[in-house]
Amino acid sequence: MTDWKSRISPSVNAIAPSGIRKFFDIAAEMEDVISLGVGEPDFVTPWSIRESCVYGLEQGYTAYTANRGLLTLRQEIAALQKRLYDTTYDPAREILVTVGVSEALDLAMRAILAPGDEILIPEPCYVSYQACATLAGGIPVSVPTRLENEFRITPAELEAHLTTKTKALLIGYPNNPTGAVMGRKELSAIAEFAEKYDLIVISDEIYGDLTYGDEAHVCFSSLPKMRERTILLNGFSKAYAMTGWRIGYACGNPVIISAMTKIHQYTMLCAPVTAQIAAIEALRHGEKYMKKMVAEYDRRRLFIYDGFSNLGLACFEPKGAFYIFPDISSTGFTCEEFAEKLLTSEHVALVPGNAFGKCGENHVRCSYATSIDKIAEALARIENFLKNHKK
Amino acid sequence: MRELLELLEHDARRSVNELAAILHRSEYEVEKQIEQLEKDKIILNYNTLINWEKFGDNTVTSIIEVNLMPQREVGFDAIAERIYRFDEVRTVYLMSGSFDLLVIIEGKSLQEVANFVATRLATIDGVTATRSHFMLKPYKKDGVIINDKERDHRLVVSP
Repeated sequence: MTDWKSRISPSVNAIAPSGIRKFFDIAAEMEDVISLGVGEPDFVTPWSIRESCVYGLEQGYTAYTANRGLLTLRQEIAALQKRLYDTTYDPAREILVTVGVSEALDLAMRAILAPGDEILIPEPCYVSYQACATLAGGIPVSVPTRLENEFRITPAELEAHLTTKTKALLIGYPNNPTGAVMGRKELSAIAEFAEKYDLIVISDEIYGDLTYGDEAHVCFSSLPKMRERTILLNGFSKAYAMTGWRIGYACGNPVIISAMTKIHQYTMLCAPVTAQIAAIEALRHGEKYMKKMVAEYDRRRLFIYDGFSNLGLACFEPKGAFYIFPDISSTGFTCEEFAEKLLTSEHVALVPGNAFGKCGENHVRCSYATSIDKIAEALARIENFLKNHKK
Repeated sequence: MRELLELLEHDARRSVNELAAILHRSEYEVEKQIEQLEKDKIILNYNTLINWEKFGDNTVTSIIEVNLMPQREVGFDAIAERIYRFDEVRTVYLMSGSFDLLVIIEGKSLQEVANFVATRLATIDGVTATRSHFMLKPYKKDGVIINDKERDHRLVVSP
């Protein structure tokens, strides 16, 4: 018998499969499950965006596009960055359209990391950050953040993990899974840190449009002197409810973007033309639909925060994305026990916090990308669960 | 205030308790605000949108364009009032363009609606012409798609 596992590349064998799918099979079987485990909008893509894609198909847009993406789309992206953050990017040389932010992230890592290079990654964070770094031959270095600091990262915490091999820093705010955001002041401190140690900063801002409260989202590359050293990643999945379209982009200095484009042209060639056409429509006419969805998330955010606060589970008010990250250690369960028991006894699905890094151990991620009625029902079931499972 | 109105417009059955949580305000405050909005006639009514066709009712809906001869002092308002006071009349709008009033009427049968137009509406002083259109099939009403086939296609758990 051939041991096929031994034939798989060691670097692939070394990475663990995403812990997020663990309860997926059990949950998928249940009829009346309420899921707070979904990391994507519950809205369907706004109709004007869908319609423009259908029209594009009718017009015969079915061919490859330029490797970097349709020029019109890159021009729209440049105009957006200028309008929102007063940052100028050259559509011809400094923007690359990718197959979701996931591809952009992979390209960024592969473009900059040499074997043995270390990249600082604050945790809890999106599940693919470490894996991408490892697959690119780099070494991901986890930097835990704390609930007491609302899961923001500080220069001191980063400095403690700095070595001579540290080459880059990867930040993702607003944050999945915690809902944390970093304001101008906190980000400026990180910018100073990056400048001091000459680090490249990959900033995943896919949830940037989903920022709530008084302070608007601050784009990292818009901070003084950061444009050159930042690889800005963003896309359409979350704000425009376009997850399945797979369309994202990277902005950065021409040397880095060219390097990423080189990998992209050999591995992906270009992002799907249909999705690029839809993305143009999203940027030209989609803002009002997006704002409406964001307003709805905002209501749910306050509702679910109020709910968890009343249940006595420690959490902070999330200011971004569509997640809340309550601390469940007072129940005496580990996060995995909590998630499993809640699913089997009350049919509520959520994701254990350790799927996003070790420091998420005492937490669970709850997505509020679902209707208020369902959130209310889920909260009632969790309340029931807490009553019946006192340890 | 606008936020509260939007929430109620979307779903008038939300409890004060839920509204308070969503709006981050006290229940007392929300209750008082709703009372005031009702008193000011900003909130006019709490209707339920019903798919009567599906229920099995064969109501006839007619959309009628009405031309008027405006009257001194009161313009169109007095005639409009004479029209909208009828129970059969569901909606009345003053319009720009080739006719003056858009009147929507509901009745049990074609006959009943035709009869109403001929004997009650067309005979009102100041009404110079009417053109009736009968509704065949509703697709969307007050922002709600009648037979929405879109489903949630998402996986139960995703990153």
